Order: sequence, then structure tokens, then C-alpha cells
Amino acid sequence: MSGEIATSAWSSQQEAAALAAPSPAEKRRAFDWRMLLGLLLPVAVALLWEAAVRFGLAQGRLVPPPSRIAATLWALAETGELWTHVWATLWRIAAGFALGAVAGIVFGALSGASGTVRRVLDPTLQALRAIPSIAWVPLFILWLGIFEASKVALIAVGVFFPVYLGIAGAILSVDRKLVEVGHVFRLSRVKLAKRILLPAVLPEAVIALRSGLGLGFMFVVAAEFMGASEGLGYLLVDGQQMGKPDQILAAIIAFALLGKIADSLLVLLTKPLVRWQDTVRERL
Amino acid sequence: MLQLEHLSKTYADGTRALSDINLSVREGEIVSLIGGSGCGKTTLLRLIAGLDRASGGAIRLDGEALSGPHPSVGIVFQEPRLLPWLTVSENIAFGLDHLSATERKSRVRHALEKIGLSEHAERWPRDLSGGQQQRVAIARAFVTNPKVLLLDEPFSALDAFTRASLHEHLLGLWEETRPTVVLVTHDVQEAVTLADRAIVMQPKPGRIFDELPLTLARPRDKTGLAFESSVRRVLTALDHSLNTSRQQPQRERDRQAAALWW
Repeated sequence: MSGEIATSAWSSQQEAAALAAPSPAEKRRAFDWRMLLGLLLPVAVALLWEAAVRFGLAQGRLVPPPSRIAATLWALAETGELWTHVWATLWRIAAGFALGAVAGIVFGALSGASGTVRRVLDPTLQALRAIPSIAWVPLFILWLGIFEASKVALIAVGVFFPVYLGIAGAILSVDRKLVEVGHVFRLSRVKLAKRILLPAVLPEAVIALRSGLGLGFMFVVAAEFMGASEGLGYLLVDGQQMGKPDQILAAIIAFALLGKIADSLLVLLTKPLVRWQDTVRERL
Repeated sequence: MLQLEHLSKTYADGTRALSDINLSVREGEIVSLIGGSGCGKTTLLRLIAGLDRASGGAIRLDGEALSGPHPSVGIVFQEPRLLPWLTVSENIAFGLDHLSATERKSRVRHALEKIGLSEHAERWPRDLSGGQQQRVAIARAFVTNPKVLLLDEPFSALDAFTRASLHEHLLGLWEETRPTVVLVTHDVQEAVTLADRAIVMQPKPGRIFDELPLTLARPRDKTGLAFESSVRRVLTALDHSLNTSRQQPQRERDRQAAALWW
């Protein structure tokens, strides 16, 4: 519960920053005001909890008040410890996401484009997908050691499957009618892929990458739980072992912020590719 | 000249969509295929476009047998089928990849003027109305200067006003290069407005029931008596094709009557 309180207290600052950004249309401003309504409940709960601890109505030992979480986060940031952990985690996610996403895109594209490849490849991949990814951990540690390689491999496996499924599914669901337009203009297979299939699958590909990235964040925690000396996941385990709930919540907040920023960055980077879409625009 | 010889199409499930279609369309002629649903009009068009394969018979364009999509054959579908990630002008230029950039630009600009959408050149298809989108689709087919243009009920989803204005746009474009046009429609008015000849088709299996020449002068006066009587003639033929599908076609009966008289 308190995790939620703290998260929202922080995301309120983030939202405020987003609001401060120049809005292109004057009309949007009215909408932005209503977005603030979402902050009402969590901020109120956070303030209530803060007050309850201040006035001695609650101890706040296991559920620290927002001010103490902020102070912990601040202290971690000041000593530079936080950045070491953040960079360790981000590096692992970036490496794992890159590997998993590239493999997912390649295999997904092959499987979506060719029926033969799909019949050969897909059943095996689906069977592998049914294995909980965490189950690979012991094997990866035996194969790749207890350091970075096994962690990156686990994250890559986690990212691979949603990306593979998303890309293959997107290619299979491309509108036959648009493909026919390509046939009418006698596009070669390569040109058909470049001029019709690729742009048609981009929106779904972006969604696949986003869910892959989300799983990447999930698996980085799992990877760091299994023995790491740095990283936000380590901070979580350390907080548990040392009995420091404020440190755990600080790490959780850091995860929330990093995850949101990474996702927004991905959306921002891919936005030019899908701006033609005729859908509800803001799907964040 | 576009020639269809003993063309037939049987689907994998045994449905006979078309049987023994024989038709020749002169260069620059506008022919309208008309008939009830399920009489194979669209199938016939897809065969000519090369999107489906005939089960038997041949399609020839100026003597050359067509097997698959051909650069001289363009098609406009029932839906605009614009590529949503390309702007209006990019959509029109879609089939002009082989041309130089300047030639491409001038053709697109000219087509945009012709269909009256110059100011929308850089917009996305999603920003256009249904009628405007269909105009872009027609322009996309015309800019490649096809010898044969196939139209598959391209106006059926539009309201009467939009349809009438699209008829004018279509004829305006047609005047320039005078391609052979095969128009599938279920709208008799539309057939009489546009076509030089109406081919009435009959279902199960799809076949040609009757041919009616429409020799009205262009531009056609839709309120005139000649127009009215042409519409009535096509309607009568259509009626016969639908109600008396087991009876023999009109011409066959005439021939038998003539034989009896002799």
C-alpha cells in the first residue's frame, strides 16, 4: 500500500514536469487539468499517512512515511550509490532488451513471412515459451556463470517471446486487401515487404517492443535477486535483509520512474513511424 | 482490345463462379458488368486483374495472353484501399516507382488537379472523406496510364451526390487517355451514365445473359427520354436474368422463334 503512496508522490513531480513542457495546441491545456485528477487520491493518501506518522497515530516503522522514503532516496543519490545501482540495472536491461528484441524481430519476421519457417519454428518456440523464464536461471548460471552474462541472457529470454509473438502476429494480420494493392502494382517480394508489410506492422511492432521492455524490467529484478552486488534489485534484497523498508520503497520508486521513462522514450522514438495511425492518439 | 475467351472459374470447394465467359471489349470502350449478387462480376474482374487464376479459358490484351497482374491493367476496388502511412500524393505515386522524380511529380500534380484535391496533397488518407479517398484511389489507377482500367463497384459505398460527382471525375480522367474500362456495378443508373455497353450477367454459375448497347451521346443528359428508356431496357434485361434464370436467354428464344417462323 505504502509503495503506491510513495510512487504516486513521485510521479506527481514527473507529471508536473510533463505539464510544464510546452503544449502544441491551446486546446490541450483543458485536458491536462483533468489529468491532474488522477493524482488527487494518491497524494491525499500520502499526506494522510505522513500526518498520521507525524502526530504519532502510527509508528511508520514497516510502512515509512513519504518524507522518509524521499530522504532515503535523496541520501542514496547524494552518496552516488543510487546511480551505481541505476546504471548497473539499466545496462543489464539495455543489453538484454537489445539481444531479445533483435532475436524476436528476426524470428518473428521469418515466422510471419514464411509458412514453412512457421511450421518448423513456431511449435518449438511456443513450447519454450511455456517454460517459466525463471526456470532457466539455474541452467544459465551453470552455463554462463554468476556474473553479467547469465543475467543478460535471462532478460533477453524474457524480452524475446513477447516481441516474437507480436511481430509474427502482426505480419500474419496484415490486411490482405492492402497486400493485393502491392500485387496489382507487381511489387517484388522484397519491395512488397518494404513498402507494404513493414509499414503495416510497425504499430503492432511498437506495442510488442513495449511489452518486451516491460518484461525486461520484470526479469532484471529476478536476475538481480539471484546474486548481484549492485543494481536496484540488489538494493531491494539488501533492504529486506537489513530490515530497511524505506530502502526497498526507494528502489521500487526508482524502478517505477525508470520503467516509465524507458517506455516513454521508446514511444517517443517510434512516434514518427506511426504518426499516420487513425486511432486514439495518446495511448500511454 | 481486351478479349475473354471461354473463361471459367471454379473455386476449390466446387463452386462454379464463372462458366464460359466470352467477351471482347474495344479499345477505349466503357463496358459495364451488371447483375445480381453472386453472379461472378467481381470474380471476373479479379481474373482480368490477375489477382486470381482462371480455371479455364484465356484473357488477351491486344493478342497478348494475361497471366497475373499486368502493367497495362489497373484496378480500383470497392474500398479505396489507400495505404494509410502514405500521404495523398504518395499514394497516387505508388505505382510510378519506375519513373523519374520530375515525371512522377508532374503526373501526380496533374492527377490531383483533375480530381480536385490539390490542397490535400500532403494530408493522410484518414483526414479525407470516403468520396475523396475513392477519388485518390481512382487517380492512383489512372496515373500509370493503363490500357485497361477495371472498376469494382467503386462508388457503391457513397451517397448519390458524391457518386454523381465521382462519375464526372471519372469521365474527366477517362477523356484524357481513353483507356478501356470494365465497370462492375449493381446500379443501373450508373451503368447507363457511364457505359457504352451493358453486359447483364446471371448467377449459378456466373455467365453472360445479355448485352445491351448504350449509344447515347456524351455528355449524357440524365433527365432525357433516351436516358430513361435505356435505363428501362437494362432494368428489363436484369429482371429477366433474375426471375427467369431457368428460362433461356432472350436472344436464344428470339432465334428459336425465328426458326419456327421459317
